Amino acid sequence: MWKNWDNDMDINISTFEQLYNVCISTNKQIYEVAQEAMGASEDISVEQVRAFALRSLFAMKEAIDSGLNSKELSLSGMCGDDCFKLQQRYKNESAMFGKLFEKIIEYALATSEENIRMGTIVACPTAGSCGILPAVLVGVSREYNYSENNQISALITAGEIGRIISVKVALAGAVAGCQAECGTASAMAAAAVCQLRGGTVKQILNASALALKNLLGLTCDPVAGLVEVPCVKRNPFLAIHAVTAVELALSGIESKIPFDEVVDSMAQTGALMSPMLKESSQAGLATTKTGLKIKENIFGK
Amino acid sequence: MKKSTLFDIISPVMAGPSSSHTAGAVRLGLLARNIYKKVPHKVVFKLYNSYAHTGKGHGTDKGLLSGILGLKVDDRRIKDIFNNEISENIDYKFEYYDNFRRHPNSVDIELYGDYNMKISGDSVGAGEILITKINDFNVSLSGNYNTLILVYKDKPGMISSVTSHLQCANINIASLSCDRNAKGQDASMIICIDGNLDADIVQSIEKMDDIYFVTYVEKLG
Ligand code: SF4
Repeated sequence: MWKNWDNDMDINISTFEQLYNVCISTNKQIYEVAQEAMGASEDISVEQVRAFALRSLFAMKEAIDSGLNSKELSLSGMCGDDCFKLQQRYKNESAMFGKLFEKIIEYALATSEENIRMGTIVACPTAGSCGILPAVLVGVSREYNYSENNQISALITAGEIGRIISVKVALAGAVAGCQAECGTASAMAAAAVCQLRGGTVKQILNASALALKNLLGLTCDPVAGLVEVPCVKRNPFLAIHAVTAVELALSGIESKIPFDEVVDSMAQTGALMSPMLKESSQAGLATTKTGLKIKENIFGK
Repeated sequence: MKKSTLFDIISPVMAGPSSSHTAGAVRLGLLARNIYKKVPHKVVFKLYNSYAHTGKGHGTDKGLLSGILGLKVDDRRIKDIFNNEISENIDYKFEYYDNFRRHPNSVDIELYGDYNMKISGDSVGAGEILITKINDFNVSLSGNYNTLILVYKDKPGMISSVTSHLQCANINIASLSCDRNAKGQDASMIICIDGNLDADIVQSIEKMDDIYFVTYVEKLG
């Protein structure tokens, strides 16, 4: 590439290979490349980009903290008190994998439940998947006392991962299934935590690729057409999933299939997936005997 | 597909639970409010398809009304808007329909007040919206640009006289589209611009011959 990256960040990076090459040739971290490019495209300073990310980070923490203190049910009455149950148990017993594990699944549920009771959340990347990234980002940061500055960098790293995935696949259950929403969220979460833990650019991209690769094919079949079942409880699962990816990547384990090709395969899988399994609630969990009964109870026949 | 930016991915901060059914609904209401310009006395919302079927469970009704009342997508009052005092003085009604010709998430908003207006729109995903019709005219408004909407007599030279007004003010046009109900009758022009338009330019266009209606719609934040 003939452009000089140091002076001209206004180039659209659209693949992970490009991102990696730019990071290596300029000796920059992913978040540095991302915030400079965002600043250049909007004609704003890097500080302003980081201030934007801080606003989202702040809202994520607010959603977690209000979610932890509520057991109000959703409009449909289907979900809303699971985080409360979890916290009750942890008052007397601890989780098998310790405090951080507790925090992560509590925060993911707290945020998702806040979403379905019409609380304020950050759609990152979407509302249905809003609990995944904040749970690990905030959980790990609180456990290890990472500074706000580090958290902002981790969030920007995650955002850049999501952005590049979205170049090839619309991040919408209706277009490519839940792999594109919660799968992307988990890949972003892996990138954020790998960044916090001091992973290299290569390790961050591998963590993300591993997380996404192991969620390919995930369908979107919400019961009664509402973002509740399976969505709410899927969030804690995929938050933990992200942590597994980070542990592997930090040990130097690589995704045999390069990240860009994993994304290509997600696009292909999404295109091949039946529309009945893409947010239309015409198959899968939505049309199970119980799924249909729940729908009838909420909306009538 | 609209290209996402880093900011799109790590935002918006919004009231849940659904970007298309809740945040999109708020934005449809807000853009309708920007087009209508006044607070209506009465609004009838006609919800179609998925908006009709799952709208209640997603708070689509609350979102639409909140938008008409000027609340932003992250406003904590959306959740309880029906009981909030700011909705006390407005008469509102929701109707539910199936119509396979319409987008899965679509709505007609009928506004009654000093004047009446009917605005139709779709929630096209990820909180993005499109206003598709204002009264009888087909339009395409995303709320991402400041936009000038005109209704005028369909005759030669109208487009160039309007755009020359903008040119004089050094305004760059991002896109321009027109529609008409029949040759020689009423036509509409939708001009998306970069930057802002001063009120005096809008007024000077308003004063032109054969211009029936001009409104300047500010983009959504
Ligand atoms: S199952 Fe569908 S609605 Fe639920 S979180 Fe996944 S993509 Fe969103």
